[in-house]
Amino acid sequence: MEPEPENCPGVGTENAGKSSACAGCPNQRICSDPNTKIVDPGKELVAKSMSEVKQKLLVLSGKGGVGKSTMVTLLSRYMARAYPDLNFGVLDIDICGPSQPRMLGVEGENVHQSGSGWSPVGVDDNLCLMSIGFLLGSTDDAIIWRGPKKNSMIRQFLSEVDWGALDLLILDTPPGTSDEHLSVISYLHDDNSSDTLRAIIVTTPQEVSLLDVRKEINFCKKQKIPILGVVENMSTFRCGHCGTESEIFPAKTGGVGAMCAEMEVPYLGALPLDPQVTKACDNGDDITNMKNVTTDALGDICQKIYRCF
Amino acid sequence: MLRFRSFQICKRTLATHPTPKQQELMARGLPKRAPLPGVTDIVVVASGKGGVGKSTISTQLALALRESGFKVGLLDIDLCGPSVPYLLGLEQSDVYQCDEGWVPIYADENKTLAVMSIAFLLKSRNDPVIWRGPKKTMMIRQFLTDVKWDELDYLIIDTPPGTSDEHITVMECMRDVKCDGAVMVTTPQGVALDDVRKELTFCRKTGVHVLGIVENMSGFVCPHCSNCTNIFSSDGGVELAKRSGVPHLGTLPIDPRLNVLIGTTRSVLTELPESNTAQIFKSIVKQITNGDIVNAVKD
Repeated sequence: MEPEPENCPGVGTENAGKSSACAGCPNQRICSDPNTKIVDPGKELVAKSMSEVKQKLLVLSGKGGVGKSTMVTLLSRYMARAYPDLNFGVLDIDICGPSQPRMLGVEGENVHQSGSGWSPVGVDDNLCLMSIGFLLGSTDDAIIWRGPKKNSMIRQFLSEVDWGALDLLILDTPPGTSDEHLSVISYLHDDNSSDTLRAIIVTTPQEVSLLDVRKEINFCKKQKIPILGVVENMSTFRCGHCGTESEIFPAKTGGVGAMCAEMEVPYLGALPLDPQVTKACDNGDDITNMKNVTTDALGDICQKIYRCF
Repeated sequence: MLRFRSFQICKRTLATHPTPKQQELMARGLPKRAPLPGVTDIVVVASGKGGVGKSTISTQLALALRESGFKVGLLDIDLCGPSVPYLLGLEQSDVYQCDEGWVPIYADENKTLAVMSIAFLLKSRNDPVIWRGPKKTMMIRQFLTDVKWDELDYLIIDTPPGTSDEHITVMECMRDVKCDGAVMVTTPQGVALDDVRKELTFCRKTGVHVLGIVENMSGFVCPHCSNCTNIFSSDGGVELAKRSGVPHLGTLPIDPRLNVLIGTTRSVLTELPESNTAQIFKSIVKQITNGDIVNAVKD
C-alpha cells in the first residue's frame, strides 16, 4: 500500500476517495468503492491475541501532566492488592513519554521474547506491564516518530505481547485526541460488545485543564466509548507544616463537579495533592503500604471503578 | 491538431533532451514559499512532558517581550489542546481571511502582540480535534506559511508535549528560518525530567539550539504559614541543566497570585514586578534579546 497523500480525508470517512486530495492517489478506487469495506488486518490479529483479556480500561485526559500515569499506577497497584485472585495488566501507549516503568518501580527491566511473543514485565504476582520504555537503551533516547510508526508500535503491543489471561487491562494514554487514541480505539473497540472497552478521565480543577478535558469527553462520545467517570486530581494541598488546605489550582468555573454535570458524566471522587504520593511515584514505591487521607480517597475511587465491572 | 502535435514534440524533447535553459528551470524545482518572511527571531517553548507550564511560560514570555518594546507573535501549535487563547482571554475572537492569508488575532490596537491558535477556528470550545499526523502537519504548515504575521521581532511557538508530528514539522519548517532556540520547561519531579531528557535529545538531533531550562512549579509557599513545601521535589531542573550542559534559566515557584493574570494580556512584569517570577522572566528576556547565553540567574 502506498503512503496516504498529505490531506487525505482518512480511510473509511465520508469523503474517502472523493475529496480533491484523492485525485491521483493509488488507493482512490478502493476508498471510493462503497462495496469494499477496508478492514485493517491488524484488527483480527489483535482480537486473536487479546481473546483472553476480559476488560479494558482507558485512562484519558486531554491535558498533560494531570496525573493519568499516576492514576494508572495507583489504580493498578490498589486493584492488584485488593483482588489477589484476579490478574491485571498495564499497557503504556504514551510512546514519546513513557512514565510507567519508573512509577511502577520496574525501570531498567528487560522484555523477553518467547514463543508466544514478548512477555510483559512482572510488577507483582498478578500485575504485569508493557511499555516502550523497556525497549529504549537509555532514558535520554527520544522516540522521534510520526503517527504511522506509533500506530504500528501500538498494534504490536496489542497483538504481539503475550498478555495471557487478564481480568483487566489498564491503558495509560498520552494527552490529546490523536494518533495513539484513534489507533488503540480502532483495534480494541468491539461493535458487538461495547462494554469491554471503557474509559475514565483524569483532570485537575482549573479551567485550562477542564477546557481540554471537555474535548476529550466529546471525543469519547464520538468514538462511542462509555465513560465510567471523572477523577479530580490535585484538588487541594494540605500543608505539612500548619495543616491548612489550600487550592493550588483554583477552580474558577465551578470546578470538576460542575463540568461533570454539564457534560453528563459521573464524578468519581477527588484526590488531594500529596507530596508523599508524588515521591512514592518518582521512586516507584508501592503506594498500598501507605495509609493516609490520599490512600483512603483512592480506595473509594477504586471501589467505584471496580463495581462497574 | 497542429497545436496538439507541437505539444507532443515539446513533451518528448523535454523528457529526453532538455535544453540548458530548461535544465536550469527544472533544477529550481517547484516554487517554494519561504515561511515567515518578516520574522526576525523564533523561540520554541517545549517540554516532553505535559502540564508543566509550557503555555503559561509562552504567554508570559511573549508579554514580557512586548513590555520590552518588541513586536511579538505567539503561535500555539498544540492542536488537540490549545490553551493560549484561554490564558490570554481571547477565546471569543475569530480569524479573518485577507488576500495574503489569515489575519492573526491582535491583543491590542497597536498590534504589538499577534496570536494564532487552532482554537480560533473551532466552532465551539468543547469541539475535539480528532486528527492523525498528516492533517496536523498540514495545519501547522499553514500556520507558518499562510498567516499574515507581518513584521515581527520575535515569534514564540508554544508546542504540545512529546516528540512527534507537530515537533518534527516545526523543526522541518525552521530549517530555512533563523531559529533563536528552544526554552525547555520542566517540573522538578523525576517523571517529568525523564521526558524532558528525551526532548533535549530531540533538539540535539534536529540541530535546535537549547537556550536553557526553566524549572517550574518548584515549591509552594503556604499562604497560611508561609512555609515552603516542595510538592514535586526540588532542584531537578538545576541538576538536569548541569548534567546536559545547558544553561539553567531560573526556578519558578507555584505562585497562586499569578492566577489573576489568566484571561488577561497583562504581564507579570507590570502586575507583580517584585515577585521572583517577574525577575526570572526579565532575565530570560535579557538572554533572548542579547543572545548571550551566560548563566545569568545563579540564585
